[in-house]
Amino acid sequence: METKDIVIIGGGSAGMAAAVAAYDKGIRDILVLERGNFLGGILNQCIHNGFGLNAFKEELTGPEFFYRFEEEMEKRGIAYELETNVTSITPDKKITYLNRSGCKEVQAKAIIMAAGCYERNAGAIGIPGDRPAGVITAGQAQLYLNEYGYLVGKKVFILGSGDIGLIMARRMTLEGAKVLGVAELCPYSNGLNRNIQQCLIDFGIPLYLSHTVTKVIGKSHLEAIEISQVDENKRPIKGTEQRFEVDTLLLSIGLIPNNDLLNKMGIPQSRSRGSVVNEHLETSIDGVFSCGNVLHVHDLADYVVDEGKTAGESAADYLQGNLPRHKETLKTVAGNGIGYVVPGEIDMENAPEKIAFKFRVRVPSKNVYIQYDFDGEVVKRIYKQTIIPSEMEIDRLPKSLFKKKQGTITVSLIAKEEAK
Amino acid sequence: MTELTCIICPNGCHLIVDDNLNVTGNKCPRGVVYGKQEVTNPTRTVTSTVKCDSKKLRVCPVKTCDAIPKGKMFDVMKDIDSCFVHVPCKIGDVVMENVGGTGISLVVTRDIPE
Repeated sequence: METKDIVIIGGGSAGMAAAVAAYDKGIRDILVLERGNFLGGILNQCIHNGFGLNAFKEELTGPEFFYRFEEEMEKRGIAYELETNVTSITPDKKITYLNRSGCKEVQAKAIIMAAGCYERNAGAIGIPGDRPAGVITAGQAQLYLNEYGYLVGKKVFILGSGDIGLIMARRMTLEGAKVLGVAELCPYSNGLNRNIQQCLIDFGIPLYLSHTVTKVIGKSHLEAIEISQVDENKRPIKGTEQRFEVDTLLLSIGLIPNNDLLNKMGIPQSRSRGSVVNEHLETSIDGVFSCGNVLHVHDLADYVVDEGKTAGESAADYLQGNLPRHKETLKTVAGNGIGYVVPGEIDMENAPEKIAFKFRVRVPSKNVYIQYDFDGEVVKRIYKQTIIPSEMEIDRLPKSLFKKKQGTITVSLIAKEEAK
Repeated sequence: MTELTCIICPNGCHLIVDDNLNVTGNKCPRGVVYGKQEVTNPTRTVTSTVKCDSKKLRVCPVKTCDAIPKGKMFDVMKDIDSCFVHVPCKIGDVVMENVGGTGISLVVTRDIPE
């Protein structure tokens, strides 16, 4: 069986950044496996701008952004295979994959999982009513329009205020479709503020907060939808129904890490629905790393790239014998008000001087502290004027705050008054 | 006085621009530039796709190489509809000059070798 030092699963932002970083640390025997027809992953269809402000200090479109990494890959001659599906990985790092040349097996010394995420679809929320054509996820509509050149509908309603839905509201409007509105179940938007402004307000598209779609109507193709206001328990309120005649309902209702391969290896899952990793992004299996949206869903490709880089460097460290695993670790716990925390474990003997804690809050909050407890003792409080679920937070704390090799760090959100 | 959401970066700062064009609420200097621009002459970068003769892609992504007046977005889109890109093409290749009468060029945002 063929062997490889590092096999990277996914050739998008995370995978390419990981490949380049591992190469630059001296690893040469790298293979990137990509499911799509091109490197770049989801950025192939993200033709809008706003990428790269952190990584390159300039505003790029998705294709321009990933091209910079593709160029770095080509410059180094890093091998990749396209149109390739990984079907299984064994705990001893044997990878089976399929492509036009058949079914292959490769023995990897290290694996970096960078397979991205997928969209929650209609089946996940069980909208009452008919099941006609014309109900599709926002990302699927984006693929059809931006890569295949098809506009999926002319009269559109959008459920969910996630960024992809907002961006598609603008995109379809510019292409001549009429977007009648966006309904959001929560009393706040789940997209970035800038997208509410430039994708909805710019085009006079109404945002219905605390609303959801309560009926899908249509025999073979979508004819209309009905939305209703919801109460504080997110249950529809009778008598608030509004009907919209539309041929398309786009769903922008969340993203889920595409982490089945690692789950099947028996690697524990985090509340982010990615795998539990340590500060070097290594999972419970030695030499198996995870990064990008397959680990936890990010807001910005720039952050995905940072994480890919860390995973690539860590895999190189592992192969070069510089990442020994120690039995004693700190565990992190998502406490009150916190959705999830990455990393789930910290190996204090390997940890860098500053440890990055990434997390999301559950509900929008103002005037609060993020509190770090270490074995029940408060070690750090960080004030946040505003904090919202749609933005991932990153706190970089000095390692010296945690004076033991074993213990539990609880991250929680507390009101300013409580902190006194 | 005008209240705005800054669209320059994902922070999306809440800006307040007073009648003398003083901007507050910004976390960085780009917010000041944006705030003034937005109340005097709002501009946007338009991104879209145009047809192309690639064997692998039906359409090629494009953008206005600079921001254009917000009110001209649909004029730009009308011109984009009539454009065609021959491959091979490279990032930055000009597809159309003075797109939508804005004085700004429409450029390719993806290398397509074949």
